[in-house]
Amino acid sequence: MQRDRRKPRRLWPYQLLLFGSLIGLWYGLTEYELLPSFFFGKPVLVVTQLYHWISSGSVFRHLGVTILETLIAFSSGTLLGVGFGMWLGLSPLAAALTDPYIKAMNAMPRVVLAPIFALWFGLGIWSKVALGITLVFFSVFFNVYQGIKEVNPILLANARMLGASSHNLIRHIYWPAALSWVFSSLHTSVGMAFVGAVVGEYLGSAQGLGYLILQAEGVFDINAVIAGMVILTLCALLLDTGVTLLERRLLFWRIDSAPEPR
Amino acid sequence: MSALLPSIPAIALVGVEVSFQSAARTVTVLSGLTLTVAPGEFVCVVGPTGCGKSTILNVVAGLLSPDAGEVNIFGAPLQGVNRAAGYLFQADTLLPWRNARDNVAIGLLFRGLSPRAAAEEAERWLARVGLADAASRYPHQLSGGMKKRVALAQVLALDPKILLMDEPFSALDVQTRHLMENELLSLWSTMQKSVIFITHDLEEAIALGDRVIVMSAGPASHAVADYRVNLPRPRDVEEIRMTSDFVELQRKIWLQLRHEVRQRQDASDAA
Repeated sequence: MQRDRRKPRRLWPYQLLLFGSLIGLWYGLTEYELLPSFFFGKPVLVVTQLYHWISSGSVFRHLGVTILETLIAFSSGTLLGVGFGMWLGLSPLAAALTDPYIKAMNAMPRVVLAPIFALWFGLGIWSKVALGITLVFFSVFFNVYQGIKEVNPILLANARMLGASSHNLIRHIYWPAALSWVFSSLHTSVGMAFVGAVVGEYLGSAQGLGYLILQAEGVFDINAVIAGMVILTLCALLLDTGVTLLERRLLFWRIDSAPEPR
Repeated sequence: MSALLPSIPAIALVGVEVSFQSAARTVTVLSGLTLTVAPGEFVCVVGPTGCGKSTILNVVAGLLSPDAGEVNIFGAPLQGVNRAAGYLFQADTLLPWRNARDNVAIGLLFRGLSPRAAAEEAERWLARVGLADAASRYPHQLSGGMKKRVALAQVLALDPKILLMDEPFSALDVQTRHLMENELLSLWSTMQKSVIFITHDLEEAIALGDRVIVMSAGPASHAVADYRVNLPRPRDVEEIRMTSDFVELQRKIWLQLRHEVRQRQDASDAA
C-alpha cells in the first residue's frame, strides 16, 4: 500500500512535462497554421476566453445550473436505483416478472429519450434532470441488484444461526452489502448524471454549460467550444474527487481504502 | 463424566436421509444416518471428502431439513432453525463492515439486547478468546486465527447448548491450529456444551473428542464406526499425540478410515 501511494508522487513531474509538451505541440502547430486554427483553435485564445468568462462571472451561472442538474439527477437516480435494486433483489418473483423489460430498457440507448423529455418537461432543468436520472438509475440499479443477489450465503446462514429475523437480515446484511456496491458505482453514476445534464442542455436549453458550448459552436467559435470543454473536464474531475473522498470515508472497512489500524 | 449424563440426548439423528436435486439426477448425500450426542459430549466426525460431513451439521442446525428421518434436539423434534445450536462455519463469516466488537455483538442484538449491553458483553467475550485489544479492528485487519477467535466469541456469546463446528481450524497454520484447539478445549471444559466437530484430520478428532465417528464414503453416506476416546482430560493436543494410547487408537481408526477413503477413490476413478 505504501508503495502504491508513493508511485504517483514520483510520476507527477513527468505527467506535468507531458501536459506541457502536448500544449506546446498544439501551440506550435496552430500558431504556424500547420493545423488550421479555425478548426483547432489556439491555446492562448482558449485561455483568454476562460479568463473572460471567469472575470465577468458569466460562466458561473451556467456552471451552477449544470451542477444543480447533475446533483439532482445523481441523488434521485441513486435513491430510485437503490430502492428498486433492493426490492427486486429481495423478491425473486418481481425480478423474474420484470426481467425482460429491464433488459430492454437497459439495452436501449437512453440518450434518445432526451427529445421526449424536452417535450414532456420543457427546456428548463427538469428535462435534463430526467435524462440524468434514467442514466444513473440503471447503473445503480444493476449494481444494487447484483450486490443483493451475490451476498455470500454463508454470511446469511451464519446470521440466521445467530438468531436474525428476516428484518434483521435486510438491515444488517443485505443493506450494508448493497450500499458497498452503490459506493463502488458512484464514480460511474456521478459521471452519468453529468453526461445527462450536458447532453440535455446541448439538445435544447437556455442555460448551462452544454448551452454555452452549443452557442459557441453556432458561431464557429472553436476557442469557446474548447474552453467550455476544459470547464466540463475540470468540473467532472472535481465531482470525481468528491466521490473518492466520500468513498474513503464510507468504505473504510475495505482493504484497499482502509485507514491504518488504530 | 458420561455415567452422570441424563438419558435424553442433546442431539439424536435417527435414519436421516438427505438428497440434492441436481440438473440431471438426484444425489443422495446421507442415508440412514443415526447419531446421538449426549449433553456435554464432544463428538468428532471424520470421513473421506464428499461424504456429507457438513450436511450433517446443516441438518442439526436446522438450515436443511432431511428428506427422511428424525432430528430430535433434547427430546423435541427440530423445527426451523435450531435455537439451541451455535454454528462455527469453515469459511469466514465475519461481516467485513463491522469491527470485531460489533461482530461479536450482532447475535446479542438479534436476541434483543440493547446495543450498549451487547457491546459490553462482546468485549467480555473478546477478552475470553484473548482479543481484548483488537475490539476496534475490522476483519481485514485481523489474521486468520484472530478471525476464527472472533467467530468463536460470536457463537459462544449466545451461550448455545450445542456447538456445531465445521473444520473451523483447517485454514490455519499448524501452530495457530494447536493453540486454537487447546483454547477450544479449555473453553469447552468450563461449560456444559455438546459439540459436533467435523474434521478431515483424524489426529485432531482424537485429540479433541470424547468419541470419533467414522463416516462411510459417499454417496448415501452413514456412520460406519463409533470409537470412544478414553484419553484423560484436560488434554494438551500436542502432548497427547505422543502417548501410546493415542497412537494405538489412531492406528485402529485409520485402518477403518483408509478403507472408506479407498472406496471413495475407486468410486471417483470409476466415474
